[in-house]
This record gives sequence, C-alpha cells and structure tokens, in this order.
Amino acid sequence: MSRETTTNTHTTSLRTAVDWGLVAVALPTLAALTQPIGARGGETLGWFGGSLAPLFLIGAVLTVLAGRTAPTRIKGAWTELSGIVLAWLLPLHLLDEGVDLSAGAGVWLFLVAAILQLWRVLGALSARPGWTRSVLVPGLFGLGLLIAWEILVRGFQVPAILLPAPSRIAGALVQHAPVLWDDFRQTVLISVLRGYLMGCGAGFAVAILADRVPFLARGLLPLGNLASAIPVVGIAPIMVMWFGFDWQSKAAVIVVMTFFPMLVNTLAGLSSAERIQLDLMRSYAAGYGRTLVKLRLPNALPFLFNGLKINSTLALIGAIVAEFFGTPVVGMGFRISTEVARMNLDVVWASITVAALTGSGLYGGLALLERATTAWHPSMRRR
Amino acid sequence: MHSPSPSRTSGATGQPAPAPIVQARSLSLVYPTADNRPVTALSEVDLTIARGDFVSLIGPSGCGKTTLLRVIADLEQPTGGSITVEGLTPEQARLKRLYGYVFQAPALYPWRTVERNVMLPLEIMGIPRAERQARAREELQRVGLSGFERKFPWQLSGGMQQRASIARALALKPDLLLMDEPFGALDEITRDHLNLHLTQLWRSTGKTCVFVTHSIAEAVFLSTRIVVMSPRPGRILDVIDCDLPRERTLDIRESPEFAAIAHRVRDGLKEGHSYDD
Ligand SMILES: Nc1ncnc2c1ncn2[C@@H]1O[C@H](COP(=O)(O)OP(=O)(O)O)[C@@H](O)[C@H]1O
Ligand SMILES: [Mg+2]
Repeated sequence: MSRETTTNTHTTSLRTAVDWGLVAVALPTLAALTQPIGARGGETLGWFGGSLAPLFLIGAVLTVLAGRTAPTRIKGAWTELSGIVLAWLLPLHLLDEGVDLSAGAGVWLFLVAAILQLWRVLGALSARPGWTRSVLVPGLFGLGLLIAWEILVRGFQVPAILLPAPSRIAGALVQHAPVLWDDFRQTVLISVLRGYLMGCGAGFAVAILADRVPFLARGLLPLGNLASAIPVVGIAPIMVMWFGFDWQSKAAVIVVMTFFPMLVNTLAGLSSAERIQLDLMRSYAAGYGRTLVKLRLPNALPFLFNGLKINSTLALIGAIVAEFFGTPVVGMGFRISTEVARMNLDVVWASITVAALTGSGLYGGLALLERATTAWHPSMRRR
Repeated sequence: MHSPSPSRTSGATGQPAPAPIVQARSLSLVYPTADNRPVTALSEVDLTIARGDFVSLIGPSGCGKTTLLRVIADLEQPTGGSITVEGLTPEQARLKRLYGYVFQAPALYPWRTVERNVMLPLEIMGIPRAERQARAREELQRVGLSGFERKFPWQLSGGMQQRASIARALALKPDLLLMDEPFGALDEITRDHLNLHLTQLWRSTGKTCVFVTHSIAEAVFLSTRIVVMSPRPGRILDVIDCDLPRERTLDIRESPEFAAIAHRVRDGLKEGHSYDD
C-alpha cells in the first residue's frame, strides 16, 4: 500500500485503502456483535434474537462501504452520515419496542462506533468552507448531543424529575406553548428589550459625554468595577421595592447590569483610534463631531458590538432573576420559580429552553450584525 | 550656510519672484519628556520654500524632518521662532485646508473603500456627492488606481495603498503637498516607479512639494532643492540647489550632474557627523 492511498482514502477503492480510523470504528462494532442488545420480558436479547436490529446493522455497514467508494470525499461523508442516523435510530427503535437497554452492552458499543464515525464525518465536512463548516457541522454536533441525551436518559430510565429527555421537553414546549409565549412576551419583548435599550443607550451616551469631560471618565471607570461586582440577587429585590412588580423594576435591574459594560467598551473603542488617523482628521480641519462620526465611532464598532453582545446575555439573566422577587403572574423567571415549587419540572425545562434559545438568538443576531458592519476588521476578514 | 537667495532655477523666467509659500525664521521645537530630559527636535531652523518648488528634507532618522513637516501642517506647535504658510499662521492655513499631508503610513480607513477614502476630505469640506465622486475618480486615475475604486484598502498592495493616500491628499486640490517618507516602507522597484509617477505629477500640476526622505538618490531625483539636516539638536546644515532639468526620467540617475549633486548631499551629511555612529 503506498503512502498516497492512505492520505486520500476517499478517492481510492476499498481494496487499496488502509484507513486506521475505519479500523477504530470497526473494532467496537465487532465487539458489539458479541454482546446482547438489551432485555425484554426478563430475557436477554441478542442481535439476531428476532428484532429488526440486524437491518439497522446491515444498513449502517452498507452506508460505510458506499461512502468509501463514493466519487468525492464530501459525497462519501453525506452517505456515511445517513448510516450514522441509522445507528442512532436503533436504540430509539428498541426503546419503542419495550426493550430494556440498560443491559444491552451491544447497543452501547455500537453507539460508540457510531460516535467515532460521526467524528470522522464531521472532520471531513469541516474541511469544506461556507455554510457546511459554519452551520452544518455545529448543527450536527448539537443534534448528536441531543440524541445522545435522549438515548441515555431513556435507556437508563433516568427519572424525569431529575432530567427529562429532550423529546419530553419538546412535548412540554408544544403543550404549554400559549403560556410560554406569554412569558416570553412579558420577559423578553417587554422587560429585556426596554431595559437593554435603556442600559446600552445610557452607557453609550455617558461614554460620549465622558469622552469630552475627562474627569467623568476618571470618576466613573472605578465605579464600573464596583458595579460589575454587585450581585443581581442583591439589587433585584431593591429594584422591585423601588419600581414595583411590573417591567420597570426588571428594566432597572438590567440598566444597572448593562450600563457599565457598555460605558467601558465604548470608552475603550473611542480611544482606540490611531494617532495618524486622528492627525489626518486634524489636517482636514475636522472638528470634534466630524472626527467622532467619520473616524472614532466606525473605528469603535468592534468594541461597541463586544459590549452589546455581553449585555444581551446579562439582560436576559437580569430579567429572569429579578422576576423571582416579584412580578405580575407572568414571565419566564416567575414560571420557573413557581413550577419548580409545584414539581412541574417539564415546564421548568421548557422555560429554560426558551431562555437558552432566546439568549443565543440575541447573541447570534448581534454577531451577524457585527459581521455585516465590521467586515473590514482584521478579525472578521475572510481570506 | 543657507543663503536666502530667491532667484533659483524655476519655470518662471524674468518675472519677479513670487511670495514664499512657507517661511520659517529661527524656528525651534523642544519636546518635553517624561524623564525631564527635553528633546530639542528643531533648533534655529531658517527655511524659505518658494511656490512650485520640490523641496526634500534629508537627514538621518531623529534629525527632526517629521517634526518640521508637522509644524508646517500645524500638527505640532513650535516652542520658538516664527513660521508662516501662504502668509498665514500654520493654524489658519490648516483651517483653510491649504495643504495635503501624506503620512509615513497610508492611514486609509479600513471600513471605507478606496474611493470613499479619497472622498473623505471632500465629505468634510461639504462638497456635494456627485462632485466628490468625480474628483475622487479623477485623482485615483491620476495615481493609476482606476478600477480599484470599490476595493478595500487591505485588498491592495502597500504601494497601491500609498498611491491611494496620495490621491486622497490631492483630492483637496492643495497648492502645497507635504509628504513624510511616503515610500519609505516600499521595495526599491515600487519606489522607483512611484518616484517617476510623483515627479510627473508635480510637473503637470505645478504644486509645491515638501518631501521627507532619507534616501539621497530619491532626494536628488525628485527635488529642486535639498535641505540637509542633522540631529542632536535637529538643524539645517545646508540647502543644495538641484538644477537638473525639470523633466526627469529614471536614466538621469546615471548622469554626472546627478552624481555631483548626490556627492554634495553626501558631503553635507558627513559634515553633520551623520555617519559617525
Ligand atoms: N511626540 C514626541 N515626544 C517626544 N519626542 C519626540 C516626539 N516626536 C519626536 N520626538 C523626538 O524628536 C526628534 C526628532 O524626531 P522626528 O522629527 O520624528 O525625526 P525624523 O523624522 O527626522 O526621524 C527625535 O529625537 C525624536 O525622538
Ligand atoms: Mg520621521
């Protein structure tokens, strides 16, 4: 076997290629065949004990063979991916059949092989730039984690009170959708949005002011360190006492949390213009305002986005925690605190899911906006 | 050393000498420093630059070339002496946007395309959009950058970036062009090319140029007058007339006249012990 065949296995035929990665996948698969795949009605069940398991096995093996003879590496990766899907589906199928997987070492070994195979496929896919690398690979990765969670929880019959399976959380999301939407509207669309705009806006405005009045910056920056050390659970009840149960108190908490990060980032951004760029503006007899708009603010954009992104996460946390201390009977924090007390963990997990999706949605949206507006920055340039 | 003789070789023949565009009298500048040992960057500098001149400031690094240029541009305040630009104080001249400044680095704004970089000074002057664009295109064409209007600075080579920054300075249509080692960071081939470009530009536009360099060949090739400076403290040692024909090609560097002037410049630098260390 020559060297080049091992370096580009996907363009060579099955007969000539040596691929140690594939050997690593094959070994646990072979080991799996010697083990039972679970127990049904008190009896252990083997691979060929009358279930559909052999079909999944053969299907998966066939896709590996097909993938390795595919004309290109990427097409091969796609084919192998379908085999991995089959392998993941096997335990789900067995669970539906009422098979107890906790005694099924064969299935778990088979899944280990599938994970190794997924590893290999993701490696191949991530070599491809564009949306394959930036969207598909992380998406498949996350999906793999979710399915693993599902299989582990159901296979080992973890009580739902400790950790429900993702499918159960999804069910709760659908079932409680109207309530969750009301919570979302109260917490995100009202409290977070307003508080975020006020906090970031005030931080930005004061930064511009402090830029003109140097003693302000000197006086405020040490306070920023102090403010960032304030615990939310400390100020939240105070703000509820000051501003009442509705969104105003949540917005106040958010303002306290987001003001200084925005101030600090804006000031850092404003002072990041290079001397030569400033001299250029001076040579054009540009005044303070012109220099600010044409040079210093565009130049500060990466810093501004940094502040905005940090704050999007802080604002959501702030609003949810503040709702623990008093709210009209709606809101994500309120929902979590009351449903925990009622042991309605499905709803709690559904709320957590909404919060997590919202948080990453806000962050991701800002990151996209940042990419669109600061494509010129060295850290954003695609080569 | 420097005799203030206004009658030099210039395009004008027989006409009275025009008023100087820059006039410095015993100019000095001392930088205060943190360790309380002030640096004398300029000491007793007398310099007269006539309209249409191409004046090179040459000397080892640290002799105050950049400082002198920045004083003319009102980017630095002198601590002694007097200076006028177009008969005004440097500040008045700056506020009237009478000069264009080309910095040592291109200093293009990375978030603007090449064309919008060239349009920047025009935006600040409040020139209408259509005219802005027309002027930017014209200047980009002049420096040989047509077709690169929509590119971003980082998509251009170093030489092209520096040409874009020259176009930006030209867009103001200043009579006075101040250039601080604009080609210092470029390779020799690009540099030769841009020097040729610059001398043609200077000849065709009739601008006054003040050009900082530490290359003798570059100074002789481009200039009508060469100001030799020396460090510690920064002062003018000699002003050498460079009376080669105004129309110059790169071949001129092989001529004996060129060699003679280069020799004088080198002697001037030697006198200032520039080669000591
Ligand atoms: N902003 C400054 N503060 C203190 N010293 C400076 C400053 N700028 C320049 N200098 C000093 O002044 C002297 C002349 O500098 P410069 O004009 O930049 O020289 P050149 O351009 O000829 O190399 C040098 O000794 C330099 O260290
Ligand atoms: Mg210099």
